[in-house]
Amino acid sequence: MHELSIAQSVVEIVTNTVRQENLHRVLVIRMKVGAMVGVVIDSLKFSFQAITVGTPLEQAQLTIEAVPFQIQCTTCGRVSKIDDGVVQCPLCNSFETCVVSGNELTVTAIEISDD
Amino acid sequence: MAVITVERKVLEKNDEIARSNRALFKHHNVFVLNLVSSPGAGKTTLLEQTLDRLRTSIKSAVIEGDVQTDIDAQRIARFGVPVVQLVTNGSCHLDAMLVRDALQHIDLSTIDILFIENVGNLVCPAGYDLGETMKVVVVSVTEGDDKPLKYPAMFRNASILVINKVDLLPYVPSNIELLRANATKINPQLTIFEVSCSKGNGLDSWCSWLRQNISVNH
Repeated sequence: MHELSIAQSVVEIVTNTVRQENLHRVLVIRMKVGAMVGVVIDSLKFSFQAITVGTPLEQAQLTIEAVPFQIQCTTCGRVSKIDDGVVQCPLCNSFETCVVSGNELTVTAIEISDD
Repeated sequence: MAVITVERKVLEKNDEIARSNRALFKHHNVFVLNLVSSPGAGKTTLLEQTLDRLRTSIKSAVIEGDVQTDIDAQRIARFGVPVVQLVTNGSCHLDAMLVRDALQHIDLSTIDILFIENVGNLVCPAGYDLGETMKVVVVSVTEGDDKPLKYPAMFRNASILVINKVDLLPYVPSNIELLRANATKINPQLTIFEVSCSKGNGLDSWCSWLRQNISVNH
């Protein structure tokens, strides 16, 4: 259940980025969460809602892009989406691969209403 | 509507403090291991056996992380090494700030190796860099040979795998070769040790690996 502390860090980043008087105008907080970081997206959304009740961010919506775990084979060059974390190229079976995506845990953008 | 592009890592504050912990460890030439496992895999027993074998030649210190109680710190204190107990009061992982606070109570200039025993949990500690030199994941054969496939992030982020309780292999349906194969499918670079902390198997090669790394670190 470290989604709660992740949600607290997200709130911290937003409050450090947006002026205090504009916090209530935050509509959307966009995030990227990689498949390999062990964060459950529904739990993160739930935690975010729970800790923003009664705060200026109460109306803000957390929009999360789930980023797949992808590897690139250094033997055949193919990039593959991997569901089970096994770093083997599905095309040529090589284990000579590097991770291309799936370790993201970032706040990418904040959308604020004009009025 | 205005859009502010942010691109900030959520754990940037943790990572920043982890970097300063790491710089401090490097300054004092301290080799630092972050021990992770599910509850009951044998991290504390591995530490006890390791401290017992190293104590004549290597100066160690230990940071113990638990959700509640100082039982583990009491076990470790019997070996006469500096030990700091961190009680997370429900939190499922240690973070770099907690480790930085614990370092107030350890004189890094007097030790060769620092063991950080994380909270027993194969999910959350994977994401939190503490500033360690490397992560050691401990898994016991009684947990089954599919653990690496179920918790890939932890096995990916670790450099060392210690397979514990190998003396129980005749009594459990675990296949140790399959366990090793599953782990290296997730992380082909893993260095693997097979040990029994209650019978002593494999602990000499684990300890000589530690000694080698400590001397390289110096």
